[in-house]
Amino acid sequence: MKTKNLILFALISSFFLIFIVSIWKILATLQGLNIQNFNLQIIFIFGVLISFANLRIGNKIKDFYKSILFSLIFVICDGYLIQKLPLWYNIGVFLILYFFVNKINKYSFVNLREQHSTQVIFFDFLTLFGILFFSFVILFPFYMMLITSFKTQIALLVNPLDFSINFGQDLKGLFKSYFVIFESYNFGRYILTSTIVSVGTVIITLIFAIPAAYAIARLNFFGKTFMSTSILIIYMFPAIVLVIPLYTIFSQLGLRNSIEGLLIVYTATTLPVAIYMLQGYFKSIPKELEEAAILDKLSWFGIITKIIIPLSIPAISSVALYVFMIAWNEFLFSLMFLDNPNSFTLSRAIQYLSGDAETPRQYLMAGSVIVTLPVLFIFVYFEKYLVSGLTAGSVKG
Amino acid sequence: MKDTLANTEKKTAYILTLPAVALVFAIILFPIFANVWISFKEVELKDIRIPEPRAKKIVKSISEDTSKIKILYKLRNSSLIQEIRDVSFQDKFPKNFEIEKLDPRCEFKKYTLKCKFGNWPAKYRENFQVKFETNDGSKIDKKALKSIKPTLNGTSDNILLNTNFTLKNFKKVLFDNEFVDLLLTTFYYTFFGTVGSIIFGILTAQMVNQKFYGRTFMRSVLLFPYVAPVVALAYTWELLLDPNSGTLNSLLINYQIIETPINLLGQKYININILGFDFKLRLALTTVIMFEIWRYFPLAFLFILARLQAIPKELYEAADVDGASPFQKFFNITLPQITAVISILFMIRFIWNFNKFEDVFLLTGGASGTRTLPINVYQQGFAISDIGMGSAVSIVIVALLLIFMFLYFKLLGKRVDEN
Repeated sequence: MKTKNLILFALISSFFLIFIVSIWKILATLQGLNIQNFNLQIIFIFGVLISFANLRIGNKIKDFYKSILFSLIFVICDGYLIQKLPLWYNIGVFLILYFFVNKINKYSFVNLREQHSTQVIFFDFLTLFGILFFSFVILFPFYMMLITSFKTQIALLVNPLDFSINFGQDLKGLFKSYFVIFESYNFGRYILTSTIVSVGTVIITLIFAIPAAYAIARLNFFGKTFMSTSILIIYMFPAIVLVIPLYTIFSQLGLRNSIEGLLIVYTATTLPVAIYMLQGYFKSIPKELEEAAILDKLSWFGIITKIIIPLSIPAISSVALYVFMIAWNEFLFSLMFLDNPNSFTLSRAIQYLSGDAETPRQYLMAGSVIVTLPVLFIFVYFEKYLVSGLTAGSVKG
Repeated sequence: MKDTLANTEKKTAYILTLPAVALVFAIILFPIFANVWISFKEVELKDIRIPEPRAKKIVKSISEDTSKIKILYKLRNSSLIQEIRDVSFQDKFPKNFEIEKLDPRCEFKKYTLKCKFGNWPAKYRENFQVKFETNDGSKIDKKALKSIKPTLNGTSDNILLNTNFTLKNFKKVLFDNEFVDLLLTTFYYTFFGTVGSIIFGILTAQMVNQKFYGRTFMRSVLLFPYVAPVVALAYTWELLLDPNSGTLNSLLINYQIIETPINLLGQKYININILGFDFKLRLALTTVIMFEIWRYFPLAFLFILARLQAIPKELYEAADVDGASPFQKFFNITLPQITAVISILFMIRFIWNFNKFEDVFLLTGGASGTRTLPINVYQQGFAISDIGMGSAVSIVIVALLLIFMFLYFKLLGKRVDEN
């Protein structure tokens, strides 16, 4: 039992070590280092050795010195004797090893003997592995998007692995792609259109949704339950099946290629979510306040503007942000309804750009950065509102 | 008294909900019915433009005499396929104008030229000419004359509104050789995308549910793919996976894992050998599914995390006292607590993935074996410009969705209620 636990512990920890060092190697390669292989066997052997040595030494040396000692040994062997790599790379490896040894320091012969210790170790490392893995997998494309937008066409073709940015050049050179897409590709106009469409959708949606949500949350009327259940079903309904009829109708009414057309469609498609989220919140407002207002002979308009709206600012702002993001990101309808470059939204403009095979990809990525940044900024800044809005009421049981 | 109060409440409720209901009805429910109508018709993209009578006005002077003028109207039917009936024409002129020779179809009264041109067949063109002179011999301002636009009216059939129906579209859709392949592709895409995103959602939710440094930041990062615009993400992936100069292929070649670049988005099949068994993997489809999972697991993550945080801590404490292992805790406490969320998520994601258009469209455009039903709607309706076919495919999608929803509620609905 004990040896089995010991071996499993060494295996799991070495695999984890291999994984973090490999990520670091990939990132270093992308900075122009010439690393041709991962040296998996060597790292694995080191991982196993360090795990065993760590257990054997135990508490005889202070953890801090122990970590530094192991890290130094690894760096000297791997970075200088075997691979001969520059200092900054080895500092990175040193930090990784320091982190790794610190992680395994908490295991000793004593807790390896405990019940379920292998599963505990497994879950521990799996969590760590997951955090690193998912951060890498998610952030890497965003990182690449940003870096590519700062590169030149030649640099991209010569060495696609070189992700280093030349900060030596002046700002005009560094942000060249951005200048070009604003000057030659009219991106200022697209940003304006996208902003008008998104903000307009938010305003109209709120004007329509707040009264409807209030009625569903508070008033008794025939068809209320039907309405509140059909909201969700409508929300599930796919946009792709609406496209052809809307296209034909909008063509005949002359609403294609117009901001009004987009506003109508976006409002209609976001209304169900907005009503659903708002009515959930309105239900949580104490009824007594409104009863007092009714005694004061306030009309429903007064109740909504003077009581409901001031009390539900957090919910309304989360709906507003959510609707803004949906409208800003929307692509399908803008693809179908807009074919005149003068009325393009940002998403449609980027797709149009990519349709031309000649368009350099750094321009495409610069456009992508421009369309992504506002959304990510809003999301990170207002994350609390948005997350609670996203799950509001939908997780009941 | 109470009755009237209830009545006003009802009335208020209807007033408050009417705008939203009307808009949703017009833009979401009406098109679904319109789809049924269009799907039984033979309509092409070019048919849906309403034919218009058009006139281009050209003002020319005759010789040196500035008091005389010739006006040429280039008349045409804007449609190449449809007739316009009872075309009427009207144009206004200054008060001192007199017409020289009147066309028999026209009359000139109150300084207005009115004509009845009768029926114009498709592609109809005519150069219609009138000559004027001023009765007081004053000079004619050509620009002012040109700025007055003639108005034309006519009636025409709207192909969409007539009652010629056909079953041709459905025959074509359902009995086409590709239909089974289309269905299978859509099903693979939907099913594996859904299952994958839920599995990753469980893993990440379990992970973030533990305490570690930078946990809130991690939670934001995990949601990035879900909130960022699909256009930006799809093109970034395309660049990342590009066979010629994409980062992924370059990395793999650099580390000598592969020898020649793999066209992950452009190759339909790849041969894989596992334990001596050769089998063909649908490569482009797999890549698109990966993108799908990558982009949508955050939603599953968020829902499951919210549920995990609501599980009472006492359950785990009791399990610890009983000496349960982490795996036992996961399978016996966590999993039963999240099955309800998972089954809801499964339905939501299944329906949404089934109808996902943008992701596949932007990554492959439906090429190399990634043509799903929604892509087919677009290709039939806009690439081949057969609106009727596109609608028929939409109807097939709606029908399949309804069947799926029915089955889902039949099989799983009861269990969800019990939870």
